[in-house]
Amino acid sequence: MIPEALALSAVLFTIGTIGVLTRRNAIVIFMCVELMLNAVNLTFVALSRMYGVTGQVFVVFVMTVAAAEAAVGLAIIIAIFRHGQSVNLKNINLLKG
Amino acid sequence: MPTHLPLFYQVHFYLFGLLAIASALAFVTRKSPVSAALWLVSVMFNLAALYVMMDAHFIGAIQVLVYAGAIMVVFLFVVMLLNLGHPDELSDIRGKWGRLAAGGIGLALLAQVMVLARTRFLPALQPPTNPVFGGAPARNAVNSVAEPLFTQHLLAFELTSILLLAAIVGAVVLGRRRTAEAEPVNSGGAA
Repeated sequence: MIPEALALSAVLFTIGTIGVLTRRNAIVIFMCVELMLNAVNLTFVALSRMYGVTGQVFVVFVMTVAAAEAAVGLAIIIAIFRHGQSVNLKNINLLKG
Repeated sequence: MPTHLPLFYQVHFYLFGLLAIASALAFVTRKSPVSAALWLVSVMFNLAALYVMMDAHFIGAIQVLVYAGAIMVVFLFVVMLLNLGHPDELSDIRGKWGRLAAGGIGLALLAQVMVLARTRFLPALQPPTNPVFGGAPARNAVNSVAEPLFTQHLLAFELTSILLLAAIVGAVVLGRRRTAEAEPVNSGGAA
């Protein structure tokens, strides 16, 4: 089952990448990043069957970082929304020269 | 891990994998952020099922609790706080047929639960016995993850708490209203 799990992980990571590249809503892009983190977690769990339980420990750390990232990222999105009344990336172009 | 897995296991592995991929595709193609978030919850539940099938029971449990239960709720909370969801796209329960399908699936799941409640598990599927009730103190699902986490990776675990503290402070500071900036800096205790 490990090769199938790794293939599934690759597919999910690719879908997440496509979402990050094509979506315009900042919150949906954040959710796509969460999907990519989930795909990596699946790889860790699948390989932990082969190489011992350390992979599952890494998954715990990944989940913690994902929670922290979601909290800070969503706070940033709320701040951006207060600034421009929009979370569409088309309207967030302050860095464009 | 036997080299030749039973058909029951393989069928469910592919079922959950395909459901995860289908939910992910639905997730990136929905227009409404609320629909996308709910499809992502579906992906996470299917991944939790796969974790349990790959002997990572504790990871499966915290996948449901932390990802599907906490992180996605925060996402949905922000989507609804910013009023980004479109209510007209949400009411997509299709009258009679949707209710019939939902009722059928519910009855099937109930039947599965009834069958599972009276079946005898194979020895390989038996949950770890509770030492309180006279079983051997086996290395159960939590134990096997906790021991390397608190011995080999203790430093990383403690550093994670600092990361979470920084994230909490950062979220509070970033989410604060702009009017607080007009006040002097050292009046924070009064405010």
